[in-house]
Amino acid sequence: MQADVFTRRRNNALIFFALLAILTAGSIIITQYDVQKGFTSIARALIWGASNFYPDARSLTKLPDILVKLRETVLMSIAATSVAAIFSLLLAVAGSRTTRICSSFTVIARGIASFFRNVPLVAWAMILMLAFSQSSLTGFLALFFGSLGFLTRAFMETIDEVGENTVEALKSTGAAYFPVIFQAVLPASMPQVVSWLLFMVETNIRDATLVGLLTGTGIGFSFDVYYNAFNYHAASLVVIVIVITVLIVEMVSNGVRRVIL
Amino acid sequence: MAKPLDKAALAIRLTLLVLAVTTIYALLTMDDQGINILKAILDTLSNFKTIFFQPYSQHFTVWQAFCEIVITLGLAFLTTLFGGVIALFLGLMAAQNLSPKCLTNVIKSFVAFIRAVPTILWVLIFAVAAGLGSTAVVIGLTFHSVAYLTKAYSESFEDLDRSVIEALMATGANWWQIVFQAVIPSTATYLLSWTFLRFEINFANAVAMGAAAGAAGIGFDLFMAGEYYFNLHEVGLITYFILAFAIVLEMLATNMKSKLLKKA
Repeated sequence: MQADVFTRRRNNALIFFALLAILTAGSIIITQYDVQKGFTSIARALIWGASNFYPDARSLTKLPDILVKLRETVLMSIAATSVAAIFSLLLAVAGSRTTRICSSFTVIARGIASFFRNVPLVAWAMILMLAFSQSSLTGFLALFFGSLGFLTRAFMETIDEVGENTVEALKSTGAAYFPVIFQAVLPASMPQVVSWLLFMVETNIRDATLVGLLTGTGIGFSFDVYYNAFNYHAASLVVIVIVITVLIVEMVSNGVRRVIL
Repeated sequence: MAKPLDKAALAIRLTLLVLAVTTIYALLTMDDQGINILKAILDTLSNFKTIFFQPYSQHFTVWQAFCEIVITLGLAFLTTLFGGVIALFLGLMAAQNLSPKCLTNVIKSFVAFIRAVPTILWVLIFAVAAGLGSTAVVIGLTFHSVAYLTKAYSESFEDLDRSVIEALMATGANWWQIVFQAVIPSTATYLLSWTFLRFEINFANAVAMGAAAGAAGIGFDLFMAGEYYFNLHEVGLITYFILAFAIVLEMLATNMKSKLLKKA
């Protein structure tokens, strides 16, 4: 009997890996990914990067321009996160299992969250650019829509987790709906909510680069301009500035998280 | 305030205050380039109407769109698989309970750096060597997936109870035996759910890379429809296609996660 168990386990593993191999081969064929070229170009990219992709003295003169764009991008990301958070919190309170008024609200809130989360950022950026052109508002609104979907789902799960017992306890004392929300649910979920907010700011700064590339705004546009002009020294400076910013934001949010969680 | 604020409550208030002030400042100083905001909003709403209520296609059939989505899924699958395999080893080396401290620090800072560079920039940097297209996209996305999954995996490994590893060490098991008999089996649930989450992210990324870096797949069609043909009806149809697939993926992931959690 013992042998059977091991044979079956081995067969299961074999089937799993065979399936994985077939899917991989299929994916390589349909995406026309060149495996050999993949490996060689990693090496080539590293060599090229070491010899061309570093800031030189001339590119440092572009630093003030880049920093202006960076400031614009960071402000845009934070604003998009905060404004989205306000709407998301309302949606989450209305839609959470513990605080909803009627069960159809959950379905509606989940639907809205899923819709905004899954419509690609590229689509938002392109649609908004038609009317808002190359202004910061395009980037702001594109990030806002994406954040709205993500944060609504995250907040809803947070409230679901922390709410249940406290809400029940307070309700049994005869507390009304709004006191329950403001005295129990929101304070109890605040640490998690802040933690998600910080995560979203970080993600949005990174995504702002993509949106910027597509819509010609902020730091993504700076990179695109230098990259297309083959000015790789300046482009590498943009990358370094972004990396430093993201790492600082990550460090600050890790620090805050250690204190509040 | 009757009772004094503790450190955590103070930190929360301070964070919220900073975010609120920054947001107000950002909204007040936002460069709107003199566009008429009301008109822009109305225009956008009418664009939304075109996109979401009158979708149809002109340049491709439904079957072609389906094939393009499968290509995008293929990109997501490849990058998640490559990323997962590499990250499994890096994650083991980056877990504090399995590796020496200096090695974990090196790997953790290395992946933090990779994660800080936006995916699209990795793809464009690799595109200089490999040319714009699938190869650059696969390598760029894999790079970012490795960094993300290494962090997730190593944190899952670190959550493992210290006593399990010690018990195995006491029996004289070597490092590989500890990893394959204890560490990976008991964290498999978390590893799988992180990997699935990354698959979802990579699908969204593959769409974006199609638009921004010219990879094959539905993202490129979306880009063409929006930026070249200015055909909003087509943008709408493609968006619906992507939405449908993304929601199916999300449902699969949620289903799998709850099943795994029940089993665990």
